[in-house]
Amino acid sequence: MRVFFIAALAALAFVAQPRAAGQDRGAPARAPEAAKASAPLDLTGYWVAFVSEDWRFRMVTPRKGDYQAVPMTEQARKIADAWDPAADEAAGNQCKAYGAAAIMRLAARFHITWQDDNTLRVDSDSGMQTRLLHFSSPPPALGERTWQGYSTAQWQRPASLKVATTNLRAGYLRKNGVPYSENAAVMEYFDLAPLPGPKGYPGQVLLVTTIVDDPQYLREPFIVSSQFKKEADGSKWDPTPCTAR
Amino acid sequence: MGSNAVHRKMRCSAGTTLAAVFLCLFACRNVAAQFEITGSWAARNHEFLTGDGLPVDFTGIPLNEEGRIRALSYSQSQLAMIERQCQGWPAFYLVQGPFGLKIWSETDPLKGNVISYVIGAWEDRAPLTIWMDGRPHPSEYAEHTRAGFTTGTWEGNTLVAYTTHMKAGFLRKTGAPSSDEATMTTRFYRHGDILTILGVIEDPIYLAEPWILSRSFQLSPAALAPIGPPCITTYEGSVGPTAPHYLPEKNPFVDEMTKKYGVPREAAVGTPETLYPEYRRKIQAAAPVR
Repeated sequence: MRVFFIAALAALAFVAQPRAAGQDRGAPARAPEAAKASAPLDLTGYWVAFVSEDWRFRMVTPRKGDYQAVPMTEQARKIADAWDPAADEAAGNQCKAYGAAAIMRLAARFHITWQDDNTLRVDSDSGMQTRLLHFSSPPPALGERTWQGYSTAQWQRPASLKVATTNLRAGYLRKNGVPYSENAAVMEYFDLAPLPGPKGYPGQVLLVTTIVDDPQYLREPFIVSSQFKKEADGSKWDPTPCTAR
Repeated sequence: MGSNAVHRKMRCSAGTTLAAVFLCLFACRNVAAQFEITGSWAARNHEFLTGDGLPVDFTGIPLNEEGRIRALSYSQSQLAMIERQCQGWPAFYLVQGPFGLKIWSETDPLKGNVISYVIGAWEDRAPLTIWMDGRPHPSEYAEHTRAGFTTGTWEGNTLVAYTTHMKAGFLRKTGAPSSDEATMTTRFYRHGDILTILGVIEDPIYLAEPWILSRSFQLSPAALAPIGPPCITTYEGSVGPTAPHYLPEKNPFVDEMTKKYGVPREAAVGTPETLYPEYRRKIQAAAPVR
C-alpha cells in the first residue's frame, strides 16, 4: 500500500509542478515554442466595432470642450481647448486620433492576422493603421516614435492576450483633441466570448480592455473596454485614410 | 480473512486512493484557473454607458421598431406612478451604472465550496445573487423580480452568469424598454487589479439584436460600503387615471440630441445600423465639427 501512496505522491508532484516550454530541468535547451503554435485563443479574422457605448464620442466627432469622463489634467485641458483640426491637417497630423492609445475605440473594422510565427498584425480600415504585436523577446532597441509605438505581446493562460505598448508619438484619446503624451504607456487585454447565450446566436465577441497611463495628461489611468463582433469575411472592409475632423 | 483477501482489499484501497489523487489533481487545476472575484471593485467611469440624461438618448441601443415606438412614448412623469418608480434599475444596471461593485461569496459551512456570489445593492439597483451550486432556473411561470434569477459557472478563468426572470423595465433610464423576456449573459474577466464585465442582453420583444456592453472596474484597497436599500417606492402625487406618455410622433424631445450634439435623429432613437462603423462614414459630411 505504501508503494501506491509513494506512486500517487510522485504523480502529484510531477503533474502539479509548474513548467514552461523549454524549462524542463535536465532536458536539453529547446527553442521557445512560437506564439502562433502555442496560441490559447484564435484572434485572427475580421472584427467590427459594436458601438454601444460612448456613441457620441466615437460615431461623431465631439465638439471642442466636450471631454466628459476623461480624467484629464489641467494641462491636458488647455491643450484640448486649443484643438485645431485644420492645423493638424496642415502639419500632416491627421492620424493623431488613430494611435495605439485610442485606435481600438474607433468606429472601425480590424483585421487580425499572423505576420509571422511570433508577430500578430492588427490592421484597421479606418485610418489604415497597422499594429504589430511582437511576442519575441527581448524587444529590439526602440527606434523612431510612431502612432502605433512598439507593442510586446504575451499569452495569458488559459485564454487571453496581454499587450504592452510604448514608444508612441503623442496623439489624441478622442478626436476632439484630448491629448496623450509620447510618454504614455498602453496596456491591453484581449479576450473572446461566444455570442451570446443559451438561446444561440452564432458568433463571437472580442473584448479589448485598454488602460492608458499618462501621468502628464491623465490624473489616473484611463480605462475603457471595447467590444467587436466577428465577421465572416472582409466584404465590408473599407480602407479610408485618417481624418482630423 | 486470508492473506489473499487482505492483499486484494489493500490493492483495491490503493487503487481508489490513486484515482482520488488524480481526480483531485484535475479538480485542483480547475479551481486554480478561477480567480478571486470577491472584494470591492471601484468604478472608474471613463466609459459612458448610461446616456446623457436627455429624454431621447437611445444612442448605441439596437432597438427594433416596437422598442423604438415604446421608447418614444415614454414620459418621465411616469416616475410619479408607484408601480413604475423602480423600472429604471434592472440587473443590467450593474454594467451600465456609475457605481462600484461590492462582491462577496456565500459558502457551504461544512464543505467550504461557494454556493453563490452576491453583488451588493447600490442605490436603486437590487442585489444580484449568482447561484454557483448548479441549481436550475425556475419555471418560466415563476415570479419575476428586479434582480431576476442568475446562475453562474466557471469557464476556464472566466465567470459566466446567466440572468432570467427580470421584471420589465428599462434598458436605459430614459425609457428604452426591456421586456420580462429579456435575459442577460454576463462574463467576468480579471486581469491584475482590473475586472472587466461583458454583458450581452437579449430581448426578443424590444431588441433587433443582442445588446453588447462592457465596463471595467478597479480593485479598491478600501472596502466599498454597499449603498441601499434598493429602490423603495414612495407617493409623489397623483398622475391621473392614465400613464403619462407621448403619442406617436409627438415626443417633444426627439431632436434634443441633434440640437445639443449634432447626433442624427435616427441614431438618437436607437436604429441598429447606427451601431456600426459604416454609419459614421454615412453621416460624416452631415455632422460638421463645431
